[in-house]
Amino acid sequence: MPTAMEIYKLLPRKNCGECKFPTCLAFAMQLANQKVALEACPYVSPEAKAALEESGAPPIRLVTIGAGDKIAKMGDETQLFRHDKTFYHPTILGLIVDDSQGLPAMKSQIEEAKSMAYERVGQIIRVDSVAVRHSSGSAQDFLEGVKAAASSGLPIVLMTEDVKLMGEALSLCTPGKPLLYRATPQNLDGMLEVAKACGFPLVIGGTSNLDELSQVSEKAKKAGVSDIVLEHAGSSAGTMLETLTMIRRAAVKKKFRPLGFPTVTVLSKSPRDAMRGALGVMKYSSMVLMDEMPREFVYPLMALRQNIFTDPQVPIQVKAGLYTVGEPTSKSPLLFTTNFSLTYFTVRADIEKSKMPVWLLVVDTDGQSVMTSFAAGKLTPESVAKALETEKVKEKCSRNELVIPGQVSRMSGKLNELTGLKVVVGPRESSGLPKMLKSIGG
Amino acid sequence: MGFEVPKERFPGKIREVAIGATKEEGGTRRARLIVGGSNGLPFHKFESDSPHKPLIAMDVLDTMRVIPEQVVHSMGQVVRDPVEWAKKCENEWGADILLLRLLSANPEEENKSVEECESLVRQVLKSCSLPMIVYGCGSEEKDAKLMEAVSNAARGERLFLGQAEEKVYKSVTAAAMANGHGVVAFSNLDINLAKQMNILLLDFGMKPESIIMDPLMAALGMGLEYSYSVIERLRQGALLGDPVLQMPIICDCSCAWTVPDAMEENPAKGKTELRGINWEAITAYAALVAGADIVVMRHPKSVVSLRDCIDDLSRGA
Repeated sequence: MPTAMEIYKLLPRKNCGECKFPTCLAFAMQLANQKVALEACPYVSPEAKAALEESGAPPIRLVTIGAGDKIAKMGDETQLFRHDKTFYHPTILGLIVDDSQGLPAMKSQIEEAKSMAYERVGQIIRVDSVAVRHSSGSAQDFLEGVKAAASSGLPIVLMTEDVKLMGEALSLCTPGKPLLYRATPQNLDGMLEVAKACGFPLVIGGTSNLDELSQVSEKAKKAGVSDIVLEHAGSSAGTMLETLTMIRRAAVKKKFRPLGFPTVTVLSKSPRDAMRGALGVMKYSSMVLMDEMPREFVYPLMALRQNIFTDPQVPIQVKAGLYTVGEPTSKSPLLFTTNFSLTYFTVRADIEKSKMPVWLLVVDTDGQSVMTSFAAGKLTPESVAKALETEKVKEKCSRNELVIPGQVSRMSGKLNELTGLKVVVGPRESSGLPKMLKSIGG
Repeated sequence: MGFEVPKERFPGKIREVAIGATKEEGGTRRARLIVGGSNGLPFHKFESDSPHKPLIAMDVLDTMRVIPEQVVHSMGQVVRDPVEWAKKCENEWGADILLLRLLSANPEEENKSVEECESLVRQVLKSCSLPMIVYGCGSEEKDAKLMEAVSNAARGERLFLGQAEEKVYKSVTAAAMANGHGVVAFSNLDINLAKQMNILLLDFGMKPESIIMDPLMAALGMGLEYSYSVIERLRQGALLGDPVLQMPIICDCSCAWTVPDAMEENPAKGKTELRGINWEAITAYAALVAGADIVVMRHPKSVVSLRDCIDDLSRGA
C-alpha cells in the first residue's frame, strides 16, 4: 500500500470536504488505512485513480477459475513464511487427463478425481480441478475431453499450445472460467489474443529464465491480459524451490509487478514428481497439476495442505459436544477435554488405544488447549458444568463419575460441588489414558 | 525494470556437529558424520552454502510394545530382534545414523535391568557400525543409571544421548560429558524453551558443538504446522546470529506411525501400507524443508523416498 503522503500528492488538494473529511490529507490518511474507498472523492482524476489502484494492488494478484461453490482461488499471498501472518489460498490440486487415452479412460479418470473428496477435521478436502491435455493430434479428442471435464463441475485447465484449438475449446467451458495453459515465447501473440478476447486467465511459461518470464508477463499485460499464472520450469526439486522462492520474494518484498502472479507446477508420473507436489504445497505453488493421483498419496498430500494453510492466528477447532469413542453404555467412563483440534485428536487417539468405549465431552474453549484455556479462564468448573447440562450428559451416562485432565486437578472440588459427580483426576498427559482407563474399568 | 534475483544473506550459520567416531578418533564407527554448517535457508543454494546434506537416522526399538501391527507386518519379523534390525538399517536400508530406543527399561513396563540394556547396546555397537544416538525410556531415575552405563559402554564412540529435558537434563548430560558424547536437547514446540534448554546445557558445561536440538516434530495431520513453523523460526533465529539457537535440529518423524489417519483401513484413501509410508515420508519432507539437519524415520520405503527427495532438492538446474 502507498503511504498517506504518496496518496495525498495524487489527490486534487482542494479540501472541498465532499468526501466527508475536512481535508484531502485527512482523506488520504483514511485511504492509506483502507478505511474508505477512493470513489468518495468526486474530483479525483482518471490518471490518479489508475496510479492509486496500481500501487494499492496486492503484491500477488488474485486469480480465480471455475464457478459456484467449487471456484478455485489462487494468489493474493502476502508472506514468505506462514508464521509471519498466514497463507491465504491453499494450493489448488488438479489431475491431468490426456486426450491420447481416449474418451472412456478420460471420463473414468475425471470421475475418479471428483470422488476424491474427504471430510477431515471438519473441513472438506478434495481434488479441486481437472486439466485436459492435448497430445493425441486430433482436435476431436481434445474437445470431447474438455466437454467431459466441463460437465464435472470442477474448475478446468485447458492444456494445449495450439492457439486455434484453444479458441475452439473455449465455448465448451461454460459456465465458469477455465485456465488457459499456455503461452510460451513461441505462441505468445496468438495466445494473448485468445486470452484477451475471452478474458480468461492465462498461464505463461515455457522458459526457465525468470528475466524472460518477466518480459513475457509485461508483454501480456500491455496486450491487455491481466489475469496471469506463472509456470516455472526446471529439472529438479532444488530448482523448483529456488525459482518459486525468487518469484515469491520478488513479488512480495520488491513489489516486482511482472512476477506478482500466482504460480503453477506441472508434474509428471513418478514418485519423485509426486513428492515435488508436496514441495509445491509448502513452498509457493498456487496450483499443482499431477499426471497421476494415487489416493494413498493424495490423501496425505491434502492433509499437508491443510496443515500448511492453517491460519496460525486461529487454532483449528472441533465442534463442542458429547462424543463417543467406541459404543459406550450408560456405565462407560466419562471424560472431558477442550475443543482445540490437536488436543481433541490426541486425547481421542489415546482413548482408542485403550480399546474401551468412552463418553468424551468436548468443552468449547475457543479452540484453546487445556492449559491455555484454564489459564485464560475459559476452561472453568462452571463452563464444564454448563457443557454437561447442555449436552444432557447425565441422561446418557449414569456412571456419576467424571475423569478430568490431570493438568486441571485444581478444579476438582468446585466441579464436584457444581455437578454432584465424583471427580477422578486423570493423567497429566493423555498418553497415560490407556493405563488409567484400564485401572478404573469399563 | 528488469528482473533481479532477490538474494538474502544472513550473518549467522548453523554450527557443525560431529556424530560418531572412527578408529582414528578412538571409536569403531564406520564414519564420523558432520551435520549443520549451513549459512542460509534450507536448500537455498542460490544464496548460501550448505556443506553437508541432511542425514537420515533410522530407529530401532527394543520392545514390540509400541510398534503398530501394520509396521510389523510391513517391515517383517526383523523388528523383533533389535540387533538384526540394526544390521538391516546399515546393510540394506541405507541409514546414515542408528537411533536406539531403550524403551524396555521403563520400570512401569518391561522393567529390564540396566545391565540387560547395556548388554544390548554393546551387541548393537559390535554388529552395526553406524554412528549412533541412544535414547532412554523416559523414567527419570532409571535413565540416570541407564545413560551412565551406556556412556561407559560406548566410550570413544561419540554417541548422542537423549533426551535432555527442561526438568531432567543433568544426569544424561553428565553421562554424555564423562565420555565425550553429545546430547539431544528436547523442547516441546516452543522456540523460547528450545533456547532455554541450550542455555541450561551450556551453563552445565556442555560444549555447544555437542548439542543437537529436538524441538518436537508433530506428525502430518497432527499439528505438523506448529512444528514446521517452530523449526523455520529456529533456523531463522540461528541465521540472524543468535549463537544459542545455532545447534543443528533433529526431527523425529517416526511419529507418523501413531497417526490413525495414516494407518486405518479405508479404501477411499488408498492402500493402507503405502499411505503410511507416504505419511512418514511427507512428515519428514516437511521437516527438511523447514530446516531439519537430521530426520528420524522407521520404514525403509519412506527412507528410500526421502533419500530421493534430498538428492532432488540438492540438485541445481
